[in-house]
Amino acid sequence: MPDQPAIVATDLVRDFPRPRTSLLTPAPVVHALRGVSLEVKQGERFGIVGESGCGKSTLLRLIAALDRPTSGQIVVEGTDITNLPERRLRFLRENLQLVFQDPMSSLDPRMRVRDIIAEPLVVQGHPASGARVRELLDAVGLPANAGERYPHQFSGGQRQRISIARALAPRPRILIADEPVSALDVSVRAQVLNLISDLVDELDLTLVFVSHDLSVVKHVCDRVAVMNAGQIVETGPTADVYAAPQHAYTQRLVSAIPTLQRALSGATTADLLSHPAAPSKGAPA
Amino acid sequence: MSAVAAPDDVLSVRGLNVTVRDTVLVADVDLTVGPGERVGLIGESGSGKSLTALSILGLLPDDVVADGSIRLAGVGPDLVGTDEKTLSRIRGRDLAMVFQEPMTALNPTMRIGDQIAEVMLIHQTRSGRAAARAAAAELLERVQLPPDLLRAYPHQLSGGQRQRVVLAIALANDPALLICDEPTTALDVTVQALVLDLIVSGVRERSSALLFITHDLAVVATVCDRVLVMYGGRVVESGPITTLFTTPRHRYTQGLLAASNLEPHDAPTASDFADGAYPDSGSGDVAPSSRTRSRRLTTIPGTVPAAGHFPSGCVFRNRCAHATDVCATTPPWTGTATHGYACHHPAGAQDA
Repeated sequence: MPDQPAIVATDLVRDFPRPRTSLLTPAPVVHALRGVSLEVKQGERFGIVGESGCGKSTLLRLIAALDRPTSGQIVVEGTDITNLPERRLRFLRENLQLVFQDPMSSLDPRMRVRDIIAEPLVVQGHPASGARVRELLDAVGLPANAGERYPHQFSGGQRQRISIARALAPRPRILIADEPVSALDVSVRAQVLNLISDLVDELDLTLVFVSHDLSVVKHVCDRVAVMNAGQIVETGPTADVYAAPQHAYTQRLVSAIPTLQRALSGATTADLLSHPAAPSKGAPA
Repeated sequence: MSAVAAPDDVLSVRGLNVTVRDTVLVADVDLTVGPGERVGLIGESGSGKSLTALSILGLLPDDVVADGSIRLAGVGPDLVGTDEKTLSRIRGRDLAMVFQEPMTALNPTMRIGDQIAEVMLIHQTRSGRAAARAAAAELLERVQLPPDLLRAYPHQLSGGQRQRVVLAIALANDPALLICDEPTTALDVTVQALVLDLIVSGVRERSSALLFITHDLAVVATVCDRVLVMYGGRVVESGPITTLFTTPRHRYTQGLLAASNLEPHDAPTASDFADGAYPDSGSGDVAPSSRTRSRRLTTIPGTVPAAGHFPSGCVFRNRCAHATDVCATTPPWTGTATHGYACHHPAGAQDA
């Protein structure tokens, strides 16, 4: 099944009902996703870009079957997971792994690193050998004795390495990274991006990389989908989208990214706004 | 950095040290900001940039002690060692600050309009409640927020809107110096663009000086005229934006620039830094395949040490590919007060 796409999403809709505010009016509904369709090929590095509240995390949760769509269909490696019960999702729990944004809150502070990394193996009934844990620590560039320590003893970049090691433990084929570097310093960001890039290549992973920073996505991904207000407004090869954005929202997004090159050639803060900013949705008027 | 301070500098920091018990957190920082000048302070977490800002404001935690000299134009006493009563009259009037977290910088139980008016009433810069209220409405308009937000509470606002309210409060009394500590780090790019523009136009209208703290080189290059690079509690290099970012001299600045460059290494802009001086130690034994070679980012090996664990002499020497025995002694400052570096083996010299 090499030609089979890794992930196919068709017309995904996810509505979240909010608590009723009045007895006389129906409960308000937040339309988090309004008809999202995308296809990620095997071995592809696929980026999803958008601002807070655009629905990118909701989309990820649907792909990882952590949440169910209101309507639409998700097929992962040929299996329709849309309405599959949890007990039949075992293949997905092994083949698809996640790395989250905040490496502090996504690691259990009371578990030793070796137990954190072995946990996905234990849960899935695999033998969690010390050798596999050491191999994973080595793969993400951490010393073998790191396994004995606790998450708080590590810096942000090292914690993100632990998250990556945990995600790779069950030998997944699809890696989903939700803003993995936005909490990191510049020099650490480069190290973690290199690590993700190397591992994706070496282990032949399909990567879905979510970020609000188009310049990071451009560096990591082959193809990108730009999301705004629950919809994908533009998809294409990353370099093309970055160099010649077609949709008005993408244009505004690209022009708002400060870069050294632009700044050194005299760009000011007013130039970042050359496409007038629209008020963010969901905010009070 | 031992040049004479120009008498008209808005802010003049000399020999600032910040210590907690026996640990030195900031050592010998010299910093000047001229009238209307926009100065950036860059560095990674733990470099001491926020502590420097907090020392200027006199907001250091109880067990953290600053010594040295911090002078603000038009204010009599040295801000170091001044009592809290005097400082509280200066803060919010001559000196204002925009913090990183707009969620925690506002009072959740007060309406936006009252919070903006409060800063003018406390410092008695407006004649009365009505005048302060009118000024608050005007300030809100200047940060491009609708007037009905005057009656809103902070939780009703988005992050970008809150940060604009914080900015309005900071600018209310036309401060001589505005300090922004990572004001846009928590914001989306389009919102960041707007907030940055409001900060720059706000200080420009008032001819205020700006001290802008960030770890984002692109942001500092867009906002500021001049920049200081901090690492391990020391200023390692300073200079005008264009010079410093095109021809960095300190090896740390060079590494920082290379690490933030997300363009492929064959791009002409990157060639200056892609000299292989910074091998990546982070990813261990993973061999780069041919496909990633073009994607690899230049990194600074190792991680920033914890406070108090920086090496003696040059603070960067344990991560520097050019370090030799001489780096065990503290490198002298080369250049002028506003443009120079502290490095034994600067980039661009013969051995580079």
